[in-house]
Parts: sequence; structure tokens; C-alpha cells
Amino acid sequence: MATMTVAKAINEGLRATLGNNHKTLLMGEDIGALGGVYRVTDGLLKDFGPDRVVDSPLAESGIVGTAIGLALRGYRPICEIQFDGFVFPAFNQITTQLAKMHFRSSGKLTVPVVIRIPYGGGIGSIEHHSESPEALFAHTAGLRIITPSNAHDAYWMIQQAVECTDPVIFFEPKRRYWLKGEVDTENPGPSADPFKAHVLREGSDATIVAYGPLVPVALAAAAAAAEDGHSIEVIDLRSISPIDFDTVEASVKKTGRLIVAHEAPTFGGIGGEIAARISERAFLHLEAPVIRVGGFHMPYPVAKVEEDYLPDIDKILEALDRSLAY
Amino acid sequence: MGSTQLPTPGIDGLGQQFLEGTASGDPAAGMVQLLGPDGTLGSDPVFSDYAKRLEPEQLRGFYADMAKIRRFDQEATALQRQGELALWVPLTGQEAAQIGSGRASQPQDYIFPTYREHGVALTRNVDLAELLKLFRGISNGGWDPNENNFHLYTLVLAAQTLHSVGYAMGIQRDQKLAEAAGSNDPKAAVLAFFGDGASSEGDVHESMVFAASYNAPVVFFCQNNHWAISVPTEVQTKIPLFNRAKGYGFPGIRVDGNDVIAVHAVTEWALEHAREGKGPVLIEAHTYRLGAHTTADDPTKYRLSDEENEWRSKDPLDRLEKYLRAEGLADDAFFEQVKQDGNELAAYVRSTALALQAPDIHDAFAGVYAEPHPLVDEEQAWFREYDAGFESEEEAGR
Repeated sequence: MATMTVAKAINEGLRATLGNNHKTLLMGEDIGALGGVYRVTDGLLKDFGPDRVVDSPLAESGIVGTAIGLALRGYRPICEIQFDGFVFPAFNQITTQLAKMHFRSSGKLTVPVVIRIPYGGGIGSIEHHSESPEALFAHTAGLRIITPSNAHDAYWMIQQAVECTDPVIFFEPKRRYWLKGEVDTENPGPSADPFKAHVLREGSDATIVAYGPLVPVALAAAAAAAEDGHSIEVIDLRSISPIDFDTVEASVKKTGRLIVAHEAPTFGGIGGEIAARISERAFLHLEAPVIRVGGFHMPYPVAKVEEDYLPDIDKILEALDRSLAY
Repeated sequence: MGSTQLPTPGIDGLGQQFLEGTASGDPAAGMVQLLGPDGTLGSDPVFSDYAKRLEPEQLRGFYADMAKIRRFDQEATALQRQGELALWVPLTGQEAAQIGSGRASQPQDYIFPTYREHGVALTRNVDLAELLKLFRGISNGGWDPNENNFHLYTLVLAAQTLHSVGYAMGIQRDQKLAEAAGSNDPKAAVLAFFGDGASSEGDVHESMVFAASYNAPVVFFCQNNHWAISVPTEVQTKIPLFNRAKGYGFPGIRVDGNDVIAVHAVTEWALEHAREGKGPVLIEAHTYRLGAHTTADDPTKYRLSDEENEWRSKDPLDRLEKYLRAEGLADDAFFEQVKQDGNELAAYVRSTALALQAPDIHDAFAGVYAEPHPLVDEEQAWFREYDAGFESEEEAGR
């Protein structure tokens, strides 16, 4: 067991991957000498050299497009997109090429590319640095999307992403980069399957589903609700595609109420998908409609008002109140 | 930069000459041509040496390949007109650019085509009937790219130029390890096809930046066929395309794309250059799409027949036939045999294409992910049950 931040855990996970598999390599902007803008790749260039830790030209389509070529040659590239809002120049390569290569080759080609994207707000940043575009990728078949919420998961899930034969988008909750936690580097324990949701807190009155940066917020909301006598179950989704509906369904069949929280806008978001699936799977168990807590239908606002935009403990509690009032 | 310092591109000798070549507004300036439209073999200070290496058998082979692929093109066009293909992308007019470049590649090289490179596919021994799967709604691919080092067609223009550079970066790493292990395996390079239209795509720019930065063993082969569907090359570029290479810091060469001997020579040189670790090369093959962009458009709406006629007089097959006959390298019997072989290929392609079995939707489910995926499994199971419902209804009806 070691205590480390989420950023350090990803760093250590990458280090383990680079050490274990000589076909892996990192690509991205400023990931070498600088160690990435969030220092997630700090020290890796020094230890693995420029053929394995590649400072790329400043071109996101180029990063993902060349990673696809490397994967076709048998490599396992791990790309870093510097910020969520800068992934869109690579959107074409990700959605029309990376996601479809296995499909269009009838399984003859695999492209095990990992794309790391720091995402989400809450850090007082400027435009294009606080977005949550996961639903845009979740809508694309062929991709897998996972997001850790704590250091232990971060350490293991980045390695599991690299081991996966399918392309994986690895969303890193940037405002949790500095969150410390215990990491068991010997044994993943319950984190052995990156596509399984985790029940982090058991409860009987309602379920809150969250992922990535909002998991600590959901846990805090559940703790606050407990003070009012409500027993709230909290699920860390961990995987956004595929979604572990079985775990959510089992929880809702127990609690009868479901709140889904994410930073991304609610309209067309992951919360809507979960609400629809759960209403199909557990309709007769629901005591209240599924309630979504998320961003407004607006571009991510300026930092001075992001507190009003972001789901927080109070917004989740308000949703819980509405749910429990049915 | 410290330890990330990139190697200085190894441009020397011939590469340097091309790098220093001056830009010109004259489309013919600096164009490598060996075999003129009249079938006479000219000379070039550099590339004549490559042409001299060619055996008569190879020259006859070039002709046979070009004739075969033109015949294939006619058959595929006919199949589309008869409603047997959803679409066809004709190559007629570009045979020399494709056969010359494809025949210059080695088996260990890897090729990324766009979607018109049927001639290159022929040189890589791709079963041409399989190539029709894409156009007949049977497959989005059709062949195993690893069998012949010939990637699937890419329909999103220029996306494959980045894949090419990444693949070349992989070759670079593999060769470094192989050399350290004392391997004598032949060195490899990547040949990346795109067109004058795609040259405007950002991915082409990014691919050339990456290729230059990492000195990747890739040859960019641009078939400038003068028309991006209905838009002429002048809208894509104000300077000859090959001159763009200079801006990236690697050699660019323009070659007469209807001269199979020159195309072969130039591509052979460029691939050697790349395999030897001297970095990327851009080849612009000056050619012409004699037919439509696809069977879905009508060139009479956007270009003059005079232009087409002018290019017909530069036909790549005619000029090689003239040369072979004049030099006594091929006789009537040879050309008759080539014609018969072409007809046999057409018959094979037609019968095989028409007999292609439609795939099952379950093959599609199976292809989405390489590893098991619960949503795909769930939807597939639902569809099976749904579909089975119709069968039992049918049974009940009987």
C-alpha cells in the first residue's frame, strides 16, 4: 500500500505499463521534458527515452492518426490530449477511423490505442479547459470509455486500458489529480475489471450514480443526507461505455430511487441513457422518476460562475429531496 | 529540447537537389518523364539508370497489368450500371501512376491506399473480386490487409496519410531493435496514396509535419488527377503540389504519372531513400482521371471534352505499346494474349462478385469490439429473439 495522488497513480501505472510491455509508448504534447501540463508523465522520458515517450508536434489529429498507424504495426500507443476542449481536432480520427477499424476489417485489424483526456471543470480555468465531452464518444460504437475517481483505480485502470484490445478513451478527472488515496500496487482487488461499477456506499432509500470528478461530491451528499436520516447508496460507474447496468439495476431494485450526476450537460448525456435503461429494466421498482443532475445546456461558462454551473452537494441533495418526496 | 532532440533529417545528395528545386508556375516544370506520349524513351540524369535496370519481361508486365486493370475497371463500371454495385470509382487514365508505383514497392513495404487504387491492389496480389465487396455492400473492407501489406481503402479523405506515418514510425522502432539484434531483414517503408483533392485536408499537413519531425520512412504518393470530383486542382493549390514538400523539409518530385517507366523509377528511388533512413519523400504523379469521379457524377457538367481529348493523347497504355512494338519487345501475339487475360479476369470478377454471399447481421455484431461487450451482446440477443419470432410465425402460417 502506498499513498499517492491520482496524478501520481496514473504516472506509476504508465511507468508499470512501459516497463512491462515494450510495445507501449506515450505520445502527446509536452509530455516529455515537461512531463505534461499536469505532470502526469513526469520523469518517464528520462527513464524510457524518446522512442517510448514521444513529444509530438502540436496537432491532435496527428497524434491520434499516427497512433492508429503505430497500432496497426503492432504497437500500443497511449496518447495524451492536453485538455478536454482540444480533443476535437482529433474527433474525426477517433470516430471515423479508430472506432471503426476492427469493424470494417471484420475483426482482422485491432487498434489498441488509449487516449488519455483530462476532463471536467472546477479548477477556475479558461475557455476550453473544463469540458466533459464523454457523451460524444459514448455515442460512438467501437470505443470504450472509462474514468477513475480515485488513486487506486487510476493506477490499475490506466494499465487495464492499455491491455484492452479495443480502443479506450481514458478520461482523467483533472480536479481530482491532487486527491490522495491508498494504492495497492500489488493487487487490484475489486478493481480487477475496469468495466464494472463499484458500490462505494450502501444504502436503502435512494441510489446516486456518479463517475469521475463527481464521485467525492456524491459521497459527501450521501453523508449529508445520512444526517437527515436518509440511507443513500452511491455507485461509482467507472465505465461510461460499456455501462454496468446490472449493478445500477440491482441497486435501484433495492432503493427504488435513482439520481444520476455528471458535470456534462444533462441534455443528451449519460444520465439520460441510464434513466432510460433503468426505466426499462426496473420500472415496477421505481418509486420516483430518475432525476438527472448535470450541467446546463450551455457552453461551459466562465470560471467566475462555474460554481453555479457545476453539480455540487446541494444540487444533489435537492434532487434527492425531490425523489424522496414522491 | 534536451533528450528529446530530434535527429537531423538525413537529406543528402539527390534528396538535397530535389529539396532545392525551385517553385514554378509552369505545370510541366521539373517533371520527370522518360517515356513520352509518342512512345520514345527520353533520358533523365538520375532516373534513366533506374529505367535501364528494367528487364523486357518487367516492361511487358507493366503493360499487362495496366491493360488488366483497365479491363477490370470497365467490368466494374458495367456491374454498377447493371445495378450490381452501389457505386464504382473508376481509375481509367491513372494506370501508369498506380502500376508503376505499386510495382516499385517490395513485399515488406506497407501500402495505404485511398479508394481508387485498384491498380496498386493488383500489384499487391489482392483478389480483385474481394475488392468489390466494399462496393457491393458486402463488407466495409473486403480483404486481409496483413496478407499483402495493403491496407483497406479509406473513404474519409487523407485519414490514411496519418496512419501511414504512424506505421512508418513503428517500422523505424522495429528496425532499430532488429538492427541491435543483428538482423539482416530487408528494410521497409510505407507508401501513402492520396489525391490532389485530399491534399487540402489538414491530415495531409499534419502527416507531413510528423513525417518530417521523426524522419519517418514514408513516401507520400499524390496522384494529381486534376479533378476533385468537380473542382479543379487550381482551387486546391496555387503552386505545384510537389513543391509543398520543400516547406516541410523533405524532397518533392513531380513525375509524369502517365509514364509507367518514370513512375516506377521515381518511386523506386523514393522508397530506397525512405528505407535507408533518409526520411520522407513526396511524389506528385501528374495524371488525369479520364472518367467520372464515381459512377454518381457526370464530368460533362464541369469540364470540357477538349481537355479530356488532350489527355487521351497522353494515354499511358498507348505509349508503352508503341515503345514495346518499336523496340521489338512485344508482338501481336503478346497483345492478343493480354486482351484475353483481361477478358478472363473480367469474367472471373463478374461471376465471383455476383456469387458473393451477403453477410449476416450477426457478423456485424461480432465486429464492433474485439473483446466481449455487454451492450452488443444484449442487443444481439434481443435481435435473435425478435428475428426468431418471425420464423415461428412463418412456421405457424404453414
